[in-house]
Amino acid sequence: MDTYYNPRDLGKFVDMGKGNKELWDKFMSYYSAVFAEGALTEREKALIALGVSHAVQCPYCIDAYTQACLEKGSDAEEMTEAVHVACAIRGGASLVHGVQMRNAIEKLSM
Amino acid sequence: MGLTLVARNNPLASSREQLKRLAATQACVPFGERLARAKLAPLQATGISVFQINVGKFCNQSCRHCHVDAGPERSEQMTRETAELCIKALALTDIPTVDITGGAPELNANFRWLVAQARALGRHVLDRCNLSVLLLKPQAGLTEFLARHQVEIIASLPYFRPAQTDAQRGDGVFDKSITALHMLNRLGYGMEGTGLSLNLVYNPVGAFLPPKQEAIEAQFRRELAQRHGITFNHLYTITNMPISRFLEFLLESGNYEGYMERLANAFNPSAAAGVMCRYTLSVGWEGTLYDCDFNQMLDLRLARGLPQHIRDFDATKLHSRPIVTANHCYGCTAGAGSSCGGAVT
Repeated sequence: MDTYYNPRDLGKFVDMGKGNKELWDKFMSYYSAVFAEGALTEREKALIALGVSHAVQCPYCIDAYTQACLEKGSDAEEMTEAVHVACAIRGGASLVHGVQMRNAIEKLSM
Repeated sequence: MGLTLVARNNPLASSREQLKRLAATQACVPFGERLARAKLAPLQATGISVFQINVGKFCNQSCRHCHVDAGPERSEQMTRETAELCIKALALTDIPTVDITGGAPELNANFRWLVAQARALGRHVLDRCNLSVLLLKPQAGLTEFLARHQVEIIASLPYFRPAQTDAQRGDGVFDKSITALHMLNRLGYGMEGTGLSLNLVYNPVGAFLPPKQEAIEAQFRRELAQRHGITFNHLYTITNMPISRFLEFLLESGNYEGYMERLANAFNPSAAAGVMCRYTLSVGWEGTLYDCDFNQMLDLRLARGLPQHIRDFDATKLHSRPIVTANHCYGCTAGAGSSCGGAVT
């Protein structure tokens, strides 16, 4: 069955370099630098990436960073907390817009 | 019914069946071809600095990833006669390290004799210990014995939280492991200045590669100290080999091809050049010789023309022998590499 998302397509990510190699190379160089050990450990960065993957709801990223987190030494407990962080921020982002709603109510109401 | 492949009459209990499955892998080119591409074929030994003795398959645990298919229902055990042949061969050499494994090696009736003999020859002795064995009543005095002989302990502990450890090694094993580690610390194991080395082994609890050794070691050191007041010397990361019970898990969970692809994609020529089979000789419970403990479990014997049994041990012939390989060898060459002493690079 055709679907928009195919797990095997993650392996074709590199094909994005075929359209514009220079931009691809720059992106990959930046990407590698971002995930290298720095002030944050590789493990911490993978947990952030896992949370962001859920926030942007990218199935490729979720697969890739679930594996990456396990391979950096995290467990389901830590990874679940990372997903809850993403969930809380997404939920909070919706809820904080309620202030905009309240401002509108106040303006429109007698 | 026991948990071993043998007790369950699982076809994978046969090494031939495992080799057949490994050879049919779609996700990677044959290991020998990959070695040739890296200009490392044929892989050859560079000497023998580790004399590894597998004293049998009997174990008080039945870990889900066990490459030996060890367990309480296994009865294969090295006899005193074979143990004597090992010591006789060892005495002819200056091999510095004797690595004793199993099963739970301590449960072999000749374990303490082997340790004492190897130490009397002045060799450094490693005990690959599952920790819980130290708490068994018939093993009273074992930790003191190990300390007295300055045996280095290589202890399995896949994670610093109970869930993962018990998922891999059996219910309640984490708590027993912590108790055993406390016992060892009390004797001076893992403490600076005592000369008693306590090294932990991390195995991934699933179909993924281990973390960087230094990163997970730092995490274990912090977590075990904070949560349990435990100290240790080093932590070694070991990649799970796609054989025996871990192979069964991979096949049943639909992870086999993906795992092999992951191993093959992570093939590291530097790791391949430093694999442990190049400096190890592995002796089976019956005295048969192998390039490593994994080949032993697949019954991949030494190359033709070489001595095949410890009674025919000849260091000169074995020194630069060609190593027998198959697709499971991708497990030792992935990423930073994997050996009984942890990462290779």
